Amino acid sequence: MTQLSPTVFLVFTAIKVIVVFTAILLAVAYMTLAERKVSAFIQDRLGPNRVGPFGLLQPIADGIKNVLKEETMPATANRFFFVLAPALSIVPALVTFAVIPVAAPLPTPWGVVDMVVADLPIGILYVLAFSSLGVYGLFLAGWSSNNKYSFLGGVRSSAQMVSYEVALGLSLIPVLILAGNVTLTEIVHQQQSLGFWYALPLSLSFLFFVISSFAETNRLPFDLPEAESELITGYHTEYSAMKFSMFFIAEYAHVLTASALMATLFLGGWSVPFWSGDDMFWRAGVLVAGLTESGQPILASPAWWKTLVTFVAFAVKTSFFVFLFIWVRWTLPRFRYDQVMHLGWKVMLPVALAYVILVAGTVLVLDQLGVEGFLFGSALTAVSGIATAGFIFFVDRDRILRGAPRGRLPVSSR
Amino acid sequence: MPEILFYVFAGTAVGGAVGVVLQRNPVGSLLFMVGTLASIAGIFVLLEAQFLAAIQLMVYAGAIMVLFLFVIMLLNLGHDYRADLKRGLGAFLAFAVTGALGGLLVGQLGGVGENPLYEYLPGPGELDRVFAADGIVGAIARPLFTDYVVPFELVGILLLVALIGAVALAKKGG
Repeated sequence: MTQLSPTVFLVFTAIKVIVVFTAILLAVAYMTLAERKVSAFIQDRLGPNRVGPFGLLQPIADGIKNVLKEETMPATANRFFFVLAPALSIVPALVTFAVIPVAAPLPTPWGVVDMVVADLPIGILYVLAFSSLGVYGLFLAGWSSNNKYSFLGGVRSSAQMVSYEVALGLSLIPVLILAGNVTLTEIVHQQQSLGFWYALPLSLSFLFFVISSFAETNRLPFDLPEAESELITGYHTEYSAMKFSMFFIAEYAHVLTASALMATLFLGGWSVPFWSGDDMFWRAGVLVAGLTESGQPILASPAWWKTLVTFVAFAVKTSFFVFLFIWVRWTLPRFRYDQVMHLGWKVMLPVALAYVILVAGTVLVLDQLGVEGFLFGSALTAVSGIATAGFIFFVDRDRILRGAPRGRLPVSSR
Repeated sequence: MPEILFYVFAGTAVGGAVGVVLQRNPVGSLLFMVGTLASIAGIFVLLEAQFLAAIQLMVYAGAIMVLFLFVIMLLNLGHDYRADLKRGLGAFLAFAVTGALGGLLVGQLGGVGENPLYEYLPGPGELDRVFAADGIVGAIARPLFTDYVVPFELVGILLLVALIGAVALAKKGG
C-alpha cells in the first residue's frame, strides 16, 4: 500500500475539507439539540419535541429563525470591529479540527487515503496556535459593542483564556514526553503500540486537560465571560440573528474540537480497544501494521470496514466528552471570578509543572532500567495514579466529597 | 504557487505594518499588528519552518498581543494620542534613523554574498537531512537542548529575573 500521487492528494484533500466542514456544522447543530434534550432530562422536563419526530428537526427550525431575524446594530458600536468579531471567533474554532485524525486510513483504487484533513508535522502545536487566536473574537465583540457589561465579558474571557492556556500547554507536555512526537497520528499510534490509553499512565494530565478545556471553551463552571445573572450574557449581549449565531456555532465547534482532542490525546483516538487489527502507521512511505523483532516492517491491511469501525470508535469517544461538557454544565454552579484565577495560577500551574518533572523522571528511570511495553505502562499508571489521588485529596478540603451532615448545619455556620 | 503565496503574505505583512502606524484607534493598530505577525507566520510555513510559524502565532499573536490588548484596555481608553506625537527635533531624528535603517536594508538587498552571516547558512540538502533525522520540531529542539543548552537556560533565568523584578517594582508602588 503506497501513498497518493500529488494530484490525487489535492483532490482528496479538497473532498476531505468539504466533508469535515459539513460534518462539523451538522454536528454542531445537533449538539444544540443534545444540549437541550440532556438539560431537559436533568431537570425532569421533556425538552424540544414539537418539530419533527422527537424534535429532531429543531436545529433546522432554529437555523431558519436565526437567518430570518433582524440584524441589530447598536448606535454607538464600532461598526467595523462589531462585524469583524463574530468572524474572528468562528474561524479558529472551525480550522483546528483539520489536524485531528478521525479514522484508520482508507484504501482506494488510487492509494491509501489518511482520514485526516492535514497531517501537519507540527500537529498539536497548530491546534494551540489557532486556539490562542480565538480570544480576539470574544474580546473585540465585548469592546466594540460599547457596552460596559459586554466589555467586562470580553475582559474576563481574555483573562481566563490566557490563564488556562498555560495549564493546558503544561498538561500536554507529559503526553509529548511519552509519545516523542507532536503529530496527532503518531500520538494515536504510540498509544496503540504501548497498549495503554494515555488517560491511565498520564491521569493527572488528563484531569488538567479536561479542566482547562472547559475554561478555554467558556463552558460552565467557567462561563464567566457570559454569566447571564451578572453580565447579561457578556460579550454577545448586543448581537442578534446570524452574528449571534456565529458565536453560538463557534462555542459548540470549540466544544466539539476539544472533545475530539481529548479523545485523540488521552483515549487512543480512533483505535479500537483490545484489537490490534487497526494498528496502522506510515514508516518511510509505507503503511505498516508493526515491526518484527529484527525491525522489518509488517505490511498493514487497510479495509473500508476497518475505517468505518475505527470512525465509530472515534465518534463514540468524542460523543462521550461532548456529553460530559453538557452534563457538567447542567450540574455545577459557576465559579466566582477570584476562584477561577486562583485555580488556574496557584493550583494548576505549579502542580502541572511538578507533574511534568515527575513524569520525565519516571520515564527516565524506567528507560534506564530497560522497562518496556506493558510493565512500562503499568508502572507509569501507578505513579500517576498516586499523584492524581494525592492532588484530589489535597484540593478537596472536605477530604473526599463529604458534604454537610444531613439534617443540621455545618459547624462553622452554627 | 509558493511564489504567489509569498507575495500575498509579504503584501499583507507590509500592509499590516503600515496600518499599525496609520490607524488612529489603538485597538485597530493592534489588530493590524496581529495581521502582520500572522502573515510572517505564513512566510515561515513557506520556508518549511512550520514550528517557528506555530510558535509565532502562539507566542506573539496569541499571548504577547493579548497582553498589549490588556494594556490598551486598562490604561488608554479614549486617550488622545496627539499630545504624544513628537515635533521638531524629535520628528527629525525619527525620520533620520528610519531613513538610515531603510538605506542599510536596501543596500543589503544587492549583495547577498557579503552578508557576514552567509557562511553559517546551511548548505543545499542540509535542511532535508536534518528534517529526515529529527523531524521539523527536532531540528530546533536537538541543537537547543544539546549544543546550546547553557545559553538557552541562561535566557530562561534572565526572563525569570525580569519577571521577579517586575513583581518587586509593582509591590513597591502599592
